[in-house]
Amino acid sequence: METLIIILAGILVMIATYLFLSKNLIRVILGSAIFSHAAHLLIITMGGLKTGSVPIVGEKPIAYTDALPQALILTSIVIGFAVTALFLVLAYRTYRKVGSDQLDGLRGVRDE
Amino acid sequence: MNNMVVLPMVIPILTGILLVFFRRYVRIQRWLSMCSIVITICISIFLLHHIQSAGILRLDFGGWKPPFGILFVADSFAILLVTTTLMVTAVCLLYAFHSVDAKLEQLFLYPFVFFMIAGVNGAFLTGDLFNLYVCFEVMLLASYILAAIGGTKKQLKESIKYIAINVLSSWLLLVAIAYLYGTLGTLNMAHLSVRIADVGQTPLLTVISILFLIVFSLKAGLVLYFWLPGTYSALPTAIAALFGALLTKVGIYSLFRIFTLLFYHEPMITHTIMGVMAGLTLIAGSIGALAYKDLRQIISFNVVIAVGFILVGLAVSTPEAMEGSIYYLVHDMIVKALLYLIGGTVISLTGTARIDRMSGLIGNYPLLGWLFFIVMLSLAGIPPLSGFIGKVLIGKGAIDTGHYLLTALAIISSIFVLYSLLRVFLHSFWGETIISIEDETPLKKGWIIPCVLLTAGTVGLGLGTEFLSPYVRDAAHTLMNPHVYIEAILDGNSP
Repeated sequence: METLIIILAGILVMIATYLFLSKNLIRVILGSAIFSHAAHLLIITMGGLKTGSVPIVGEKPIAYTDALPQALILTSIVIGFAVTALFLVLAYRTYRKVGSDQLDGLRGVRDE
Repeated sequence: MNNMVVLPMVIPILTGILLVFFRRYVRIQRWLSMCSIVITICISIFLLHHIQSAGILRLDFGGWKPPFGILFVADSFAILLVTTTLMVTAVCLLYAFHSVDAKLEQLFLYPFVFFMIAGVNGAFLTGDLFNLYVCFEVMLLASYILAAIGGTKKQLKESIKYIAINVLSSWLLLVAIAYLYGTLGTLNMAHLSVRIADVGQTPLLTVISILFLIVFSLKAGLVLYFWLPGTYSALPTAIAALFGALLTKVGIYSLFRIFTLLFYHEPMITHTIMGVMAGLTLIAGSIGALAYKDLRQIISFNVVIAVGFILVGLAVSTPEAMEGSIYYLVHDMIVKALLYLIGGTVISLTGTARIDRMSGLIGNYPLLGWLFFIVMLSLAGIPPLSGFIGKVLIGKGAIDTGHYLLTALAIISSIFVLYSLLRVFLHSFWGETIISIEDETPLKKGWIIPCVLLTAGTVGLGLGTEFLSPYVRDAAHTLMNPHVYIEAILDGNSP
């Protein structure tokens, strides 16, 4: 199971890298979102996918799944949301101001 | 007593939240922010003294014993950097009061500065790897907004790149943490260090350590600095000074922690790579500093050179070089802020950033000119000033261990720093004046006082090295002997 999920994460990273390198600003942001999905999948896999009960104390199973990676992912999902929201708004502002969503149009200004 | 350790992070957060409510009352915002930062400076200086007698302080949040809970650890290294951070921020705020548009001040500028400081201090103090990631994000989210605040075309263009590169590096950090957790099953730094020492640093762990090296190099601008000069030269002066002084230094701090506490078993691989990267950074930074005629670009490339220089100390890893790096880190935070402030002042006085379009400023603004001269000497490492002791110690450490090429690069880079700034000095301060006395822009007191304060800081640091040395020695001792740190955290009951 772990192998399968890791291959899936790898494919996500491939897609995200491809999008990240494209010229369109929205594709770059989509790429960054897919990057974070891949990282979250990787964290949950790294904690081990052994079968166990959901980590709620009320249940009385033999084993629980590891609760720590789930807490880490929850934190990092929220952070990812915030960054993506900011990124999208900034892209919109840049589009309005610069008039282009192509990264070619965002070249730096040399020596004013 | 130990509860005080959390204050350098909590006070800025509370101040930031409070400031949000006073959006329209700029005067109240200024007073509140100044008061809170002065209080925090006093607390951190007290902590610095206290650590000398009481040893490393730690605070377990919620009373959970170390490997299981999150904790803050205050050793001399962290608190030294926290104190410097707060002092530099205080001066930059003072400059911001007099230089930033009233419109920006009402756009939550000060709250975000405080949130950024909270993130920086949290990253210095934390003893947990995932908490480090979170503190980085706190710092970065605030810095994204500070980078784009005001929304000029240039700022928007550059902040898009800044966010993109930092999203990528934060993702890499997350992946590295995932791998480390999968391999060792813990996130507490002291506990990680014990486990790595137990199993020995296997090739797998070395690979993970190189991943960490890449992540923090992106944050610090070590070789992977391509995003830095563009972004930093688009910012308003006060914010650029904060960025140049603080943000890259957090990356450097993390590199020091990770490679002295966790991955110190295979220096042949990791520290060699780091040495090569530091050398390349020195070369590339020196070339960049000479290549441009834009004052902001020159200053930004000087930031890059300093990053390479400090990392030479870590790559060499002798107690002396470590001390040198710490001295240089503190010195560099102060001097880079000063350099950005003076540069920004010159740009707002002349209305241009190109050094070949200005000349003879020293006739109009003698004090500013001589302050720039002092900074230049201090950065180059001329003896009575603060850059000297760090350079000597790093150089000595590098020679003692036989890193002759690195030593040569480090020394030559100092000459390039001197030359690049001397070029600025000769072009813009010397020569025929271009501004007649009648139509010169008056130099505001609010612009020059922060510069004088920071110059006093660099001169004082140079003359008062004796005074600072016990703290620096203690910091270097903790870095070179990880067991000191581990014993303070795990109380000898390592599971």
